[in-house]
Amino acid sequence: MKRRVGFKVERRPVASGRVVFFVSLLAILAALVVAGIFFRIYGVSPIRAYQLILSGSLGSRFGLAETVRRAIPLLLCGVGLTIAFRALFWNIGAEGQLLIGAVAAAGVALFSGLPGPLLLPAMFICGFIGGAAWGLIPAILKVMLGLNDVITTLMMNYIAIYFVEWLIHGPWKGPTARGFAYSDTFPRAAWLPTLFGTRIHWPTLVLGLVLAVVMYIFVTRTRSGFEIRVIGENPDAARFAGISQLKTTLLVMFISGGFAGLAGVGEIAGIHMRLLGPTNISMGYGYTAIIVAWLARRNPLAVIVTSLLFGVIMAGGDVIKVSLGLPFQLINVFNGLILFFLIGSEILLRYKISFLLRR
Amino acid sequence: MDNSEGYAIELRGIVKRFPGVVANDGIDFKVYRGEIHCLLGENGAGKTTLMRVLYGLYRPEEGKIILNGQPVHMTSPRAALNHHVGMVHQHFRLVPTLSVEENIVLGLDEGTGPFVNFRKTREKISSIANEYGLSIDLQTKVWQLTVGQQQRVEILKALYREVDILIMDEPTSVLTPQEVDQLFTTLRTLVDDGLTIIFITHKLDEVMRVSDRVTVLRKGKVVSTLPTAKTDKPNLARLMVGREVIFRLKKSPIRRREKILEVNDLHALNDRGLPALLGVSFNLFGGETLGVAGVSGNGQYELAEVLTGLRKSTKGKVFLAKKEVTNCSAREMNDLKVAHIPAERIRMGIVPALSIRENLILKKYRRSPFSYREFLNNKEIEENARRAMSDYQIAAPSYETPAKLLSGGNIQKVVLARELSENPSLIVAVHPTYGLDIGATEQVRKILLAQRERGAATLLISEDLEEIMTMSDRILVIFNGEVMGILDAESADIGEIGLMMAGTRHKGEEL
Amino acid sequence: MGWETWIITTFSRSLAYGTPLLLGTLGEIYAERSGVLNLGVEGMMIMGAYSAFTTAYIIGNPWLGILVAAVVGGAFSLIHAFASVTLKANQVVSGLSLTMLGLGLSGMFGRGWEGKPLPVSIPKITVSGLSKIPFLGPILFEGQNLIVYLAIILVPLLWYILYRTRIGITIRSVGESPATADSLGINVDRVRYVCVFIGGVLAGVAGGYLSVAYRPAWTEGMTAGIGWIVIALTIFAFWNPAYGMLGAYLFAALYHLSYRLQPWVSPEFLKAMPYAFAILVLIFVSRGTLQKRMGAPAALSLPYTRGED
Repeated sequence: MKRRVGFKVERRPVASGRVVFFVSLLAILAALVVAGIFFRIYGVSPIRAYQLILSGSLGSRFGLAETVRRAIPLLLCGVGLTIAFRALFWNIGAEGQLLIGAVAAAGVALFSGLPGPLLLPAMFICGFIGGAAWGLIPAILKVMLGLNDVITTLMMNYIAIYFVEWLIHGPWKGPTARGFAYSDTFPRAAWLPTLFGTRIHWPTLVLGLVLAVVMYIFVTRTRSGFEIRVIGENPDAARFAGISQLKTTLLVMFISGGFAGLAGVGEIAGIHMRLLGPTNISMGYGYTAIIVAWLARRNPLAVIVTSLLFGVIMAGGDVIKVSLGLPFQLINVFNGLILFFLIGSEILLRYKISFLLRR
Repeated sequence: MDNSEGYAIELRGIVKRFPGVVANDGIDFKVYRGEIHCLLGENGAGKTTLMRVLYGLYRPEEGKIILNGQPVHMTSPRAALNHHVGMVHQHFRLVPTLSVEENIVLGLDEGTGPFVNFRKTREKISSIANEYGLSIDLQTKVWQLTVGQQQRVEILKALYREVDILIMDEPTSVLTPQEVDQLFTTLRTLVDDGLTIIFITHKLDEVMRVSDRVTVLRKGKVVSTLPTAKTDKPNLARLMVGREVIFRLKKSPIRRREKILEVNDLHALNDRGLPALLGVSFNLFGGETLGVAGVSGNGQYELAEVLTGLRKSTKGKVFLAKKEVTNCSAREMNDLKVAHIPAERIRMGIVPALSIRENLILKKYRRSPFSYREFLNNKEIEENARRAMSDYQIAAPSYETPAKLLSGGNIQKVVLARELSENPSLIVAVHPTYGLDIGATEQVRKILLAQRERGAATLLISEDLEEIMTMSDRILVIFNGEVMGILDAESADIGEIGLMMAGTRHKGEEL
Repeated sequence: MGWETWIITTFSRSLAYGTPLLLGTLGEIYAERSGVLNLGVEGMMIMGAYSAFTTAYIIGNPWLGILVAAVVGGAFSLIHAFASVTLKANQVVSGLSLTMLGLGLSGMFGRGWEGKPLPVSIPKITVSGLSKIPFLGPILFEGQNLIVYLAIILVPLLWYILYRTRIGITIRSVGESPATADSLGINVDRVRYVCVFIGGVLAGVAGGYLSVAYRPAWTEGMTAGIGWIVIALTIFAFWNPAYGMLGAYLFAALYHLSYRLQPWVSPEFLKAMPYAFAILVLIFVSRGTLQKRMGAPAALSLPYTRGED
C-alpha cells in the first residue's frame, strides 16, 4: 500500500461487477470525449456529430435496421471470440475465418447443385466447417509447435484475403462491373430471407442470439466450459487437475473459427448474394469483434449488448459519411479509442485509488 | 572488542524482516581476508537473505556492514560491485542467447560509451581466465554451455568487475562431481590470489572439504562460528538442526495395514534436464505416514510430481496397491484416488478467480454426481461445497467467494477438502503447513492425522524437520536425489537426520 | 522488353517499393528485440503518410514533411509504449487499437486532400557517373532518391549497433530475459520505450516516403497493408536487420512481379507469399536449438514486472 499526498493506491484483489461496469463506461466516455476533440479539430461540432450518429442509427426505422444488420456478424464473431479469449487463445484471425466461411458457403451456393431447400442449411454447415478449419490451423500450430497465436492468426487473415481475391478474379469470376470483380449471383434459394424490406437477414440474427445463450450455458454449466475457464485463469492449476491443454485449445478454436465462419455465411447469403472482394464482405468485422468481446468481458450474453453498441457506431459511420462527407473509415477512430481506453483503464481494475479527505 | 583488522567483511547486528518472518535476527558475521568461509544452514535459516543484504539486494532494518574497516551503505548490487563485492547466484543471471563475452559485458559501464572494445575485453577476460584456470570459448552462446561452464561465466563476470569478495550461493547444487572438483580447485586458486570467498551451502562434505571456517545459522540466528579444522560433520549437523526437545503431537500408535505404495529404483529429470531422482526406492503402508526430510532442491518436489502424474520418470517402477502406475497421467492418478497437496497452493492448488465451490470440484467435476454427461450438476456441486465448508471449517462469506480472497489457511483447507473428500488411499502432501499461522497449522495437521487413522498412506514432504518428526512414523532422508536412509521416527536422533540431510548415508539397518 | 531491361526495371522498382518495407521492418525489429510487439505499425505508417503529405503541401518542403512524419510516428509509438510498458496492458490489443485509430484519423482528416497534386516531392536522383556502371548503375543510381539510400545505409548501421555495441547487447538482453537485465541494473522500461520509439519513427518515415516520394499523392488507406507485411517481414528476417533488407527487397520484387507474372502465377498467390513465408519461418525455428539461435526474443509481448518472474 503506497501512501501519497491526497490519495492512496492499493491493489484490488477482485474487481466487482459494479466496478467493472463503471470502468468500462468510463473508458467509453473517455473515448467519446477524445473523438469529440478530433471532430472539433476537423471543424464539426461534436454534439452535432453525435446527434447525427444517434438519430441516424437509432432514430429511424432504417437506421435501426442498419444497426442490427451490422450487429449480426459482430454478434457471431464476438461470441466465438469470448470463448477463445477465455482459454487465452488470442484469436486475431476472425476476419480470415469469416472470409473462409463465406467462401465455403459461396462454393456450395454456386457449385453444389443441391436442391433448393437444402441449400441454405448446407451453406451454414459448410461455412461453419470452413471457418473452423481455418481457425484450427493456428490452434494446431500452437499446440504442437508452440507457435504464437497472435501472429499465426493474423497472417492467416491476409492469406484468406488473397484467397478470396484470387477466387473472384480467377476461377469464380463472374461478370465484372466497373472494375469491381465478383462471382456470379447465387441462385434464389441461397438467399437468406430478410426482415420486411430491411437488410436484416433474420435467420443469422436468430442463430447469433441462440448461440450467445448456448455459449453462456456452455461456459457456465458444462464440463468443457469449466475446463476452459480453469485453463484461462490458471494454466498451472489446469495441468495439476489433469485438464488437457491440447483438447481444450482445439475445441475453442473450432468453436471460434466456426462462429466467424457463420458470420461470413450470413454476410454473403444475406447481404451480398455473391462472393465479393474481401473488404466488401467484411469491413473489419473480425477486428471490431475483438473489441466487442473485450468490452463484454468475455461473457457471451453481454456480447448481445456490446455488438449492438458497435452496430450503432458502424451505422452511425454510414450516416456521417452521407451527411458530413466524412469517410466510413472514421468509425475506426471510435473503435481504436474505445479499445485503447478499455485496456488502458484495466489498470483501474487492478488498483484502487481512494481519495483521502484528510491528510 | 571493536578491532576490525584483518576482517574483510564484518556484519554487525543485521536484522532483516519480511512480512510474518524475521529472516535475520541480529546476526554478527565476520570473515577474514583471504579465507573461504562457509555459511551453513537449512532452508529458511537466513543464509541467502544475509548474503543478499551484503550484496545490496536487500536493505536491512538494523545493523551495519563494514568492509575492510570502513562502514558502507549497500544500496544496490551496483554499490556492492563498486565495493568489489560480487555474487554468483543459485539461479544464474545470464541471457541464454547472448555469447559469453556479451554476458560478461552486460550492464557494465566502462566509460567507453556505446561502443565495446571487444579486443580489449577479450584480452582482459582471457588473462583472467588463464590466471584462474577458467578457460572458455568467448564466442559461444550461453545456452550451448553446460551448467558448469555457465557457472564459470558467472565467476568470470565477477572477476572481470575486479571483486575482492565473492559470494557463492549453493554453487554445487547444479554441478556434476567432476565439475564440483573443478570449482573447488578454482576457489583455492582465487583465494591464493587474495580473494575472500563466502560459500553458502547445506552440504557438510563440502564444508569440510573446502572451507577454512564455517558459520552455522539456524532460524535467523548465528549458532556458532568455528574453524573447520576444529569440528566434524556430526557436530555441524547437530548445530544445523538444533538440539531442542521436539514437542510431539498426540498421535495414536501406528496400525500399519497393507502395502499401498511401492517405489522401485525411480529415476527422473528435473526441469533443467538434470537428474533429480537417482534410484529412489521405498515402500509405504496404509495407516502410516512416511516423512521425507531433506533440504529443498534435493529431489523431493520431483518425487511428488512423479508420484502424482505430473512428471515422467525415466527409469524405475511405481506400484499402487499392487497395480503398476508408472508414468500414469495426472488424471489417471487422480482417478486412482491419489491425493496431492501441492507445495505452491496458490499457483497450482487453486484457481484463484474461481469460487470456492468450483475449486472444490476441480478434480472430480467429471464424475457423477457432479456432472451428467457434459453438464455440471450445480445442485450437487453446491451441496458438496456446503458440506466441505462445514466439515473443514472454511471461513468465508459463501461458497461463491473467489478463492483468491481467502486467507492462506483457508485456501489450504479448500485444497484439503477437495483432495481428501474421496477417501484417498495415498496422500502426497508437500509443505502442507508452509506459511500458515499456528492455528491453521494445527488444523491441517489434525486433518492429516485423521486420514492416517482412517488408513490412508501419507507421504509427507516438508522442510520443517519438527513437522516431519512429529507427524511421521518413519522418516526417509533424501539428498541429491538418493535415499540416504529410512529411520523409525520415534527413535530417530535428530543429529543423525541432520547428517543424512547433509549427505551422509545411514549406516544402520534400512526400515 | 529485353531481358536485361526487364531485370533492371524489376530490381529498380523493388528497391523503390522495398524501401518503406525496409524502414518499417528495421524499426519493428528494434521494438521486438526489446520485447515489445508493435502491431500499430500500419497506423503509424498511414499517419506518417498523411502528415508528410499535408506538411509538404502546406509548407512546400517535402523534407519537412518527412520530419513531421517521423515525429508523428514516434508520438503514436510512445502511446503504445505507455500502454504496453508502463500500464503493462495487453500489447496486441494496444497495437491494434492504434492501427485502427491511425487509419480512422488519417481517413477523417485526409478527406479534403485526396486528389491534390503535390507540387514539391522528394526529387529523384540520377548520379551521372555511377549510373553508367553496368547493371548496378541503372538500378541504384538512376531515379532513386535520398530516402532509398538512407534506408540502405541504415541497414549496416542498425546491424552493427544491434550486434556489436553495448547498446545492442542491452537491447537484446531486455528482450530475451528482462529479469536478468533488471538484476544487472539495466532499466528495462527505458530501453523498451526507446526501441518502440525508434520503431515508430521509422514507421512514420516509411509512410511519409510513400506519400511524398514514391508516388506523391494522398489516398485514404494508401498504405494498403504494408504495415502487416512489415510484421511478417520481421519474422522472416529472423529479427536481423541484414535479412530484413533481403526480405524487404524480395517481397517488393514479388509484389512488383505479381502482375508481370500473371500468365504463369496468379498475382494473389504472390501477394500472399509474405504471410505464408512468415508462418513457415516460425515453424522452421520452432524446433529447440533453432528457436534459440534464430527465434523470436524470448520475452516478446510479455509485460515485465520486477519480482514477478
